[in-house]
Amino acid sequence: MSALKVEHLSKIYPALNNKGQAVQALDDVSLEVNKNEFVSILGHSGCGKTTLLNLIAGFEAPTAGRIECAGKEVKEPGADRSMVFQDYALFPWLTVRDNIAFGLSIKGVDSATIKKDVEHFAALVGLSSFIESYPHQLSGGMRQRVSIARALAVDPTVLLMDEPFAALDAQNRAMMQQEMIRILAEESKTVVLVTHSIEESINLSDVIIVMTRRPGRVKKVIHVPEPRRMIEDTPSYLAVRKQIRELISDEHDLSEVS
Amino acid sequence: MPFFYSVKQLRRLILLLILLAGWEFASRYILDKTQATLLPPPSGVLNGAIELSFSGELWKHIRDSLAREFIAFCYASVAIPLGIVMGCFKWVNEQVDPIIEILRPIPPIAWIPLSILWFGVGNTQNQFIIFLGIFFPILLNTIDAVKNIEPNLIRAARCLGARGWNVITRVVLRAALPQIVTGIRIGLGVGWMALVAAELVGANSGLGFLINDARTVLRTDYILDGMLAIGLIGLTLDRLIRYAARKFMPWSRALNA
Repeated sequence: MSALKVEHLSKIYPALNNKGQAVQALDDVSLEVNKNEFVSILGHSGCGKTTLLNLIAGFEAPTAGRIECAGKEVKEPGADRSMVFQDYALFPWLTVRDNIAFGLSIKGVDSATIKKDVEHFAALVGLSSFIESYPHQLSGGMRQRVSIARALAVDPTVLLMDEPFAALDAQNRAMMQQEMIRILAEESKTVVLVTHSIEESINLSDVIIVMTRRPGRVKKVIHVPEPRRMIEDTPSYLAVRKQIRELISDEHDLSEVS
Repeated sequence: MPFFYSVKQLRRLILLLILLAGWEFASRYILDKTQATLLPPPSGVLNGAIELSFSGELWKHIRDSLAREFIAFCYASVAIPLGIVMGCFKWVNEQVDPIIEILRPIPPIAWIPLSILWFGVGNTQNQFIIFLGIFFPILLNTIDAVKNIEPNLIRAARCLGARGWNVITRVVLRAALPQIVTGIRIGLGVGWMALVAAELVGANSGLGFLINDARTVLRTDYILDGMLAIGLIGLTLDRLIRYAARKFMPWSRALNA
């Protein structure tokens, strides 16, 4: 059984006033994500990829179509689909420890287990020595590590990531991608990542879903030949990158895609 | 280092000391006797303060005023849950907001005549006026704080499994807290001003009563002492809240940034 199934999903935002126009963000999007698969959704900004992620998370309701997570229809947000946000969205009044523990304490897990789990996930993202710090005391990259640990701690069926490394500088971004590969090697997870970076999607994914511009549709599904072992500038890497670039450049405005 | 720091701090008091000296001089040697009665020298004010504190009268009035402020604050803190409900539920806001918009611009002092008729002269009337002063700043700041919560914080909580009550207590209330505290600070300040006004006309004790009572017996030194006490206590209240906020919410500046 697939971890996540999206069937004929459409989303239309009604006009805000009688002068405005209704916007179709997504048009008949279907996709399937298998267990422990890493899927990237790649496209221009404004292609509806974040809308797609918000629908999967349950933050918004689709206009048409259906989403299933582990066979259960998605109707509202839940810990089976925890999300890592671009702006981290850490709770600033909680320490790293309590941020990571948030979902577990909502679940009503006993405190000994919470302590053990929090320490496990803090170690997993390399933040053991910062466990009593507050988010404002950490750098951007470290905050995103906390956010990843917090989302993983609730053991989601699917981990959702919304441009998680876009706010980081180039070096941090590359490092966080490597960290993500390491984390997933230790803790296999089903992941759906939204990104506009071709390199990021090639580095991290099993499957890359290229979206069209507005309205967002699935343009092409690409299977990465050697997932998470792609080495930059090798022929197979360049071939995949060329293929994606061509797909994307059809969507005229290339400027936003790196 | 601390020594230089305190010297620097003392330097800031130079102008104040010069003005006090000028006042002392004017009051003693320039003003005639009647005028000097109306403006006693700083040394006279100090003597008055010593008299008032040794007789215990000053402390009694401070205690009564602070007790009124505190009790009114306890009542006014219903503004916090009300503000959260108004910030979270649109329909509550739609109904309550017009009432508040009408009541809010009426200065607490304008309620004094009506409140004297309602409650008579005394504690209840004073507390009512202070309540009005404290209530609205807390309410408006709470509503604003809830409306301005980063939407992704709510989303983050919900995708970690929180819903309903948990979202309100664990996220909304916490995220709004720094601005609620700002509301409390402003409210206590406005309440303190309203308190003195209420005591001027409708009380038998308190700092407002003290300065008005001193007027009837022409003790201008007591009037100035009462005014100083009002100012210093207002300042202290404000500093205490700021100190507590910084101590208990070390993250709050980061949140507001």
